[in-house]
Amino acid sequence: MTWRCGIAVFPGTWSERDCAHWVELAGGEPVMLWHAERELKGADLVILPGGFAHGDYLRTGAIARFAPLMAAVRDHALAGGPVLGICNGFQILCEAQLLPGALLRNSCLQFRCQSTHLRVEVTRGPFLSGLEAGRVLEMPISHGEGRYYAPPDQLLELEAHGQVALRYCGPSGELGEEYNPNGSLQHIAGVMNREGNVLGMMPHPERACEPLLGSEDGLHLLRAALAVVGAS
Amino acid sequence: MTLKPVVNDPQGLAVTQGLHALGYPEVLGTRVGKHIQLTLTARDRQGAESRVEEMCRRLLCNGVIEDFHFQVAEVGA
Repeated sequence: MTWRCGIAVFPGTWSERDCAHWVELAGGEPVMLWHAERELKGADLVILPGGFAHGDYLRTGAIARFAPLMAAVRDHALAGGPVLGICNGFQILCEAQLLPGALLRNSCLQFRCQSTHLRVEVTRGPFLSGLEAGRVLEMPISHGEGRYYAPPDQLLELEAHGQVALRYCGPSGELGEEYNPNGSLQHIAGVMNREGNVLGMMPHPERACEPLLGSEDGLHLLRAALAVVGAS
Repeated sequence: MTLKPVVNDPQGLAVTQGLHALGYPEVLGTRVGKHIQLTLTARDRQGAESRVEEMCRRLLCNGVIEDFHFQVAEVGA
């Protein structure tokens, strides 16, 4: 059985073909989902890829969240279906209030396109269940607005409920401002919802999926999720 | 729309530095916001205000990071 991975495409999405390649390498079947569609075409898992949906006008993700497709994504997420938002997809999930917090202009004011190390903080949810806590993954980032922010009380809640999924770190998992590329609070690179089935992350796992790209760590997330989908 | 006071505003910091470099050391801080001009129909001022407030809450402003205020003025038919 090949599991279907829906890939949302908004006007301005730029990473959907990279995601399709990544899905195929992980053993899934990619299905493109245009933003104007109202159903997920039988997708078992939904990916919101990177890009600049609707030109990032007003705020990143602010317009995309009203797309007809997003109503179907919301239903899928609330029913416990796996949803992964990458970069712009993470911003959209925050605007859609499927994930807490917001992503702001990088504190350095530069667009950052570089390799980063990420420490796996929790191992629950479909995308991280195959990994061990503390494991360091290497994946690139490529964004100008990736500084994670949540109000102080909400940040405490996220930590208490194990919703901080990934943090920027050094090669051995150590935390430090020098490893935080955008000024994210608590070095946060990825968060999940309370249930764990929705994950948002600024780094690009689809750009770390074969040796030619310098890292295959991105495959772990998708293989883990496909195994969970297969078992349910 | 302005970032909430507790939210760090690196754009504002950069503008402050630019103004200092231009010889305005009296500038103590800058907050960069967004200005949106809407033209709409409404029966009366109160009606316009309640609709605009709703638009701000639902789309124009992200309450996690931003505050908003608005003014309504008549522009004629």
